[in-house]
Amino acid sequence: MLEVRNLTKDYENKPLLKGVSFEVDQGELVCLLGSSGSGKSTILRIIAGLEEPESGAVLWQGRDLREVPTHKRGFGLMFQDYALFPHKTVAQNIAFGLQLQGLKEEEISRRVKDGLESIQMESFADRPVTELSGGEQQRVALARALATSPKLLMLDEPLGALDHTLRTQLIQELRAILHQSQIPVIYVTHDREEAFGLADRLVILHEGVILQQGTPQELFEQPETPWIAEFLGLGNLVPGVVTQAEPLMIKTDFTELTFPNQPLQYSPGQECQLLLRPEDALIGAPFSAQENRFECTVRDSLFMGEYHQLELLCGETTLFAKSETPAELGAKLEVSWPAESIRVFANQ
Amino acid sequence: MTKRPALLTLALWLIPLAFLAYFFYQPLVAIFRLVFSEHFSQGWELFEWSQVSKPLNFTILQAFLSTILTLVVGLPAAWLFARFDFPGRKVLRAISLLPFILPTVVVAAAFNTLIGPQGWINQALMALFNLTSPPLKLLNSLPAILLAHVFYNTSIIIRIVSSSWSRLNPRLEHAARMLGATPWQTFTKVTLPLLLPSLLSASLLVFLFDFTSFGVVLMLGGPQFSTIEVEIYNQAMNRFNLPVAGLLSVIQLGITLLVTLLQNRVNTPRYGKAALNPERNALSRPAKRWQKTFVLFMAISLVLLFAVPVFSLITRSFVTLEADRAQRGEVAIGFTLRYYRELFRNRSGSIFYVPPIQAIRNSLLYSGVTILIAGLLGTLTAYAMARRARFNKFLEPLFMLPLGASAVTLGLGFLLIFNRPPWANSTFPLLIPIAHSLIALPFVVRTMLPAIRSIPESLREASRSLGANPLQVLLRVDLPILLRSLLVSLVFVFTISLGEFGASSFLSNPHTPTIPVAIYRYISQPGALNYGQALAMSSLLLLVCGLGSLLIEKIRLPGEELF
Repeated sequence: MLEVRNLTKDYENKPLLKGVSFEVDQGELVCLLGSSGSGKSTILRIIAGLEEPESGAVLWQGRDLREVPTHKRGFGLMFQDYALFPHKTVAQNIAFGLQLQGLKEEEISRRVKDGLESIQMESFADRPVTELSGGEQQRVALARALATSPKLLMLDEPLGALDHTLRTQLIQELRAILHQSQIPVIYVTHDREEAFGLADRLVILHEGVILQQGTPQELFEQPETPWIAEFLGLGNLVPGVVTQAEPLMIKTDFTELTFPNQPLQYSPGQECQLLLRPEDALIGAPFSAQENRFECTVRDSLFMGEYHQLELLCGETTLFAKSETPAELGAKLEVSWPAESIRVFANQ
Repeated sequence: MTKRPALLTLALWLIPLAFLAYFFYQPLVAIFRLVFSEHFSQGWELFEWSQVSKPLNFTILQAFLSTILTLVVGLPAAWLFARFDFPGRKVLRAISLLPFILPTVVVAAAFNTLIGPQGWINQALMALFNLTSPPLKLLNSLPAILLAHVFYNTSIIIRIVSSSWSRLNPRLEHAARMLGATPWQTFTKVTLPLLLPSLLSASLLVFLFDFTSFGVVLMLGGPQFSTIEVEIYNQAMNRFNLPVAGLLSVIQLGITLLVTLLQNRVNTPRYGKAALNPERNALSRPAKRWQKTFVLFMAISLVLLFAVPVFSLITRSFVTLEADRAQRGEVAIGFTLRYYRELFRNRSGSIFYVPPIQAIRNSLLYSGVTILIAGLLGTLTAYAMARRARFNKFLEPLFMLPLGASAVTLGLGFLLIFNRPPWANSTFPLLIPIAHSLIALPFVVRTMLPAIRSIPESLREASRSLGANPLQVLLRVDLPILLRSLLVSLVFVFTISLGEFGASSFLSNPHTPTIPVAIYRYISQPGALNYGQALAMSSLLLLVCGLGSLLIEKIRLPGEELF
C-alpha cells in the first residue's frame, strides 16, 4: 500500500535520514522504533507531505506522491502534542476534517457522535479542549484523526506525554481501536513496551538508518546486532573470544562456553558478543546438561512480583538473571545458560 | 518587607500620585471646566458644530484608512518574520522596526525629501524636463498622510502579530492540513482565529496612533487636512479659541480612552499554553517556489517602504539642489556639508532667530531632566504596582490614562493651568520635561513592572537572612536584576523626549525651541538653507534614535515588549 523508498533528508546541513525504505500493508500496524533524534518524526512528516525529502520517494499504491499536497493525500497524523485546535470544542475539533470534506450537517454530527462514542467521551462534546486532561486530549486527537476515515494513519509518540499507568491502559484501547479501523497505521515511538504491545511489524531506526525490521517475535528472538539487543533490552551482553571452532567454544571473562550445535562460521581468535537472557538462566534447578555452568556471587536479589531478579557477579562481569526463588546476598550460586538460548554476535 | 505592607505600598504611590495629580489631572480638569462652563454658558446657537465634526470625521476616516493599509502591509510582513528564515532577516527586521522609535517630525521630513517640492522626485523631474516649478503636488495630500502612517505603524503590526505568530504552534496548521484543509483554509480557519486577539489589539493600537497623529498630519497634510489633534493646536495657538480646542480635546480623550479600553480587553491571551509553540524555533528556509517568491517580494517591498525614505532624508541633507533665498543664477549642484556646518552658526542675527545648536542643547537638557523624572517616578510606580495591595487595582488605571491623553491635549491643559503665577510665559519651557515625563511614564512602568515581578520574594528573603539590610537588598539584589530593564526604559525615555513634538510645540517659546520644533520651523520656511538645516537636524535625530533603538534591542530581555 504505502512504500517509502530510499528517503534522505538533511537537517541543519547534517544528514538526518540516510536512505530509509520500508513498506506498510493493508491493515498493518507498523511501529517505527528509535531513540529521539533518530529521524522517526521526520519520516512521518515526509509521508504527510509537510516536509520534502532531499531524495527518495513516497508511493501510495504504486503512485509517487511528490506532487500531491498534504491536504490531498488523505492521510491522518496524530501529533505528539495532539495539536488540538484551542479555539474549538471537542466536537468542533472532530468535525473539522468532516466539514472540509463538505459533508452534510446530519452526516457530520452523526460521525462526530460515533467518534466520541468510540473514545467513550460522549459527554465531553461541548467542552473546550483546553480543559481536557492529557489522556482525554489524546483520545480526542485520535478521534479527530480517525473521523475523516484516512487512508493511512500516522501516530507520532501518541502516548509520550502521559504517565505510565495511563499508557498501559491506553495501549490496549489504541490496539483495539486501530485494529477495528482496518486502516494501515504507522506508529512512531521510542518506547519498547509500547512498540512490542502494539506492532504487527517493527522497524528499528538508528541515526537515520533502518537497522532491522520484522515481527516483534522475530526481533525478540533474532536481533541482528548487539546494539539492537541492547536497545530492546533483551538481556546481558558479554564480550568473548572464540577459542575453538568445532565444536564452538567461546571464552569469556568468567567461564568458557560450549556450543555443540552451532554452524561453522567462526574461527579461533575471533572476538564476539554474547546475549545471555535473564529468563533463560538456570538457577537452583537440577541441570540436565553439565556444560556452560559456572559459579557466581549474589550481589543483590530483588522481588519483582512474578520473579526475583538476581544481580550476579561472575568473575568481573555483572549478569542479571530471573529466578523463581530469592537468593541470599553474598551466597555462591551455580548458574547455567543452555547453549541454544545464547545468541552469538561476531564482531565485524 | 515590613510589618505594614499596605503602608509601604501607599508610601510608594505617594510621590507619583502627587506628581500626576498636579501635572496631569489638574490640567485635565481645567480643560473639562473650560468646556463645560464658559463655552456652553454662551449657548449652543453660537457654536458651529462643523468646527468639531469636520476634523472628527476626517480624523476617523484617515485613521481607518491608515489602519487598513497598515494591515495590508503588516500582516504579510508579520508572517515573513514569524515563519521564514532567510539571509538578511535580522537586518530587514531591524529596518522594519526602526520607524516606531522615529520622531514624527523626522518621518515627515523624510517623506518631504522624497515627495515634497524640494524632494528628490520633484527635483529630478524638474532637472530632467527643465521645469521651473515642482510638477508633482504629492505633499499636502491624503495619500502622503496615509503613506507616512503606514511607514510609521507597520512596525507595530510586525512587533505584536509576528511575535504571537511565531509563538503559535505550527503543528496546529499542520494538523489542519492533514485533515484536508488547503493552505488558504488553514489560514482562515486556524491561523487567523488564533491570531485574532493579537491582530485586533495591534490594529486598535495602530488606529489609536493614527487617530492622535499630530506631527505627520501637520507637516504632510497641509492646511486643508486637519485632524482633531491638529485642530486643537490650530484653535489654541492660531485662533486663540480655547473653548473649542478644549471641546476637541475632551472628545478625543473620550474616543482614545474607549479604544484603549477595548484594546486592553482584546489583548488578554485566551488559550494559555495550548496554542504555544513547544519548540523554540518555528523558522524555516523558504523551500517551495512560491515561498521564495513571497520572501523576495516582501523583502523588496519592505526595503522600499522603510529604507528609501530614510535613505532619501540622509542623502538629501548632504546635497544642494536649488537656490538659496535671495540667491540668483546658477546653483552648484552637488555634495555639501554646509547644512551641518550651518547648524552651529547664528546667521540672521534676528532676535527671534535661534541657532540650531541652541535647539539641540535645549533638547538634550530637557531629555536629561525627563530621564530623571520619568525614571524615578516610573520605577516607584512599578514597585508600587508590583506589591499586592487591595487599593492597587483602583490606582493602576490612573497611571495608564496619560497614555490615552494626547500630547497636544497635555499641552493645552498646561497652557490653561500654568499660565499664571508661579508659572509665567518665560518659565513655560520648564514644563516641557514634565510633559515629556508624563508621556514616557507608562512606557517605563510597562518595562519595569514585569522585571520587578520576576524577582522572586525568596531571593530578597534569602539575602536578608544572610544579613543584608533593606538598602543592601535593593542595591545588591533588585538593582542588578533590574538593570537591563531600567536601561531599556531610560533609553526609550530619552528617544521619546528628544522626538516629542505635540506638547513641545505648545510649551516651547520662540527663544527655546526643541529639535523637533526647530525642524518644523525651518522646514516650513522658504530657502534651500532652511530646508537643508531642517534635514541635517532630522538626520542627526534619526541617527540618535536609530542608535537608541539598536541599544534597546541589544539590552532588552527576550520577550519583553514596549507596549
